[in-house]
Amino acid sequence: MANLGGKEVEVNEGGYVMHPEDWDKAVAGDLAKELGINLTDAHWKVVDYLREQHGQGIEMSIRKLGKSGIVDIKTLYELFPGGPLKYAAKIAGLHRPTSCV
Amino acid sequence: MDDGEWGKSIMTFYEFEAAKALREILKNFNQGIFVVHISEMPIKCPVAPLEFSFLADDYFKKRGVREQITIKYVTPLDGAFTKPKASKSLGHLLTEKNIEIIPDFNVERIDSKAKKLISYDGKEVGYDLLITVPVTKGDDVIGRSNLGDELNFVPTDHHTLQSKAHKNIFVMGDATDVPASKAGSVAHFQADTLVDNIIRYLQGQELVANFDGHANCFIETGGQKGLVIDFNYEIEPLEGNFPFPVIGPLRLLREGRLNHVGKLIFRWMYWHIILRGWPIPGISNKMSMLGKKK
Repeated sequence: MANLGGKEVEVNEGGYVMHPEDWDKAVAGDLAKELGINLTDAHWKVVDYLREQHGQGIEMSIRKLGKSGIVDIKTLYELFPGGPLKYAAKIAGLHRPTSCV
Repeated sequence: MDDGEWGKSIMTFYEFEAAKALREILKNFNQGIFVVHISEMPIKCPVAPLEFSFLADDYFKKRGVREQITIKYVTPLDGAFTKPKASKSLGHLLTEKNIEIIPDFNVERIDSKAKKLISYDGKEVGYDLLITVPVTKGDDVIGRSNLGDELNFVPTDHHTLQSKAHKNIFVMGDATDVPASKAGSVAHFQADTLVDNIIRYLQGQELVANFDGHANCFIETGGQKGLVIDFNYEIEPLEGNFPFPVIGPLRLLREGRLNHVGKLIFRWMYWHIILRGWPIPGISNKMSMLGKKK
């Protein structure tokens, strides 16, 4: 359990939100803070896009994001330094990306 | 990237001719920084570059030049492997063999003149010899037919192996985007579900959703040792005995000599048993939890 957005939220060992219904913008804000990220409009564009794609059952990869027109890869790294896809997915309340086996 | 260095200081083992050329280069590589690098996931088999690193370490030791060579393993993943438990075990093996792992590295470009890899976030790794796994794509024919995604892999139902867009297409192996390795063992297990479902589709019956992402593989770790991993979509590689509980004889996720012997025996089994379509005792297309420690 973790205290996110003013409530107790169940997270897994990697800190990812376990139940999608627990996620809201305040939770996202706190998850971002833990990663040292202050969410701006540019961050939200990526987070919203990830959630929208996830809703359609599409697995996201850095390549797909780079080609989406939402953000280029260089900027993505500036927005979410260190691990753009896994951090963006975490803030979006999604599972750790499995763009791998 | 300056292509002039391709085949000289930048090599790959993913094509027959390239692998043969690499063999010659390795014979004369006596000192410097040796980098094994994965450009982007997915790759055909996430184990292959690890196994290559272990075998390179072994090869350099045998030639008596290992101390003059630094081996680095550069990966876009956050560890040695895609699943946490195996990543820990395999990462430990890398450390034991004095192979430095550089995780979370997404290459933007290669400066082949300065001989360094440069990531999107500005990190740099220098090399004298770079062994890279280029971006892995599906076949061009899938790209041309518009059946594929941006990497020419066909979006596929994970469990029935039916194409998501076209009900009369079933997909496996190198062609599918399911989040499983594109290794032989996976294709072997997929084939059971795929054949079953094509027949069912033609007869107008409901499809079976029984492919579970099952994969297993031997990983040669050098020094005539190896390890075995067995996993699926949900369950990551665990320790235990394989294929039979208690008696094994192979041990999962642990380095050992018997696992190496197992691989040699498997080579014979592949040509004489599997290719004939005969079943292997203890191994089915769905992963078994028997003998595994949770």
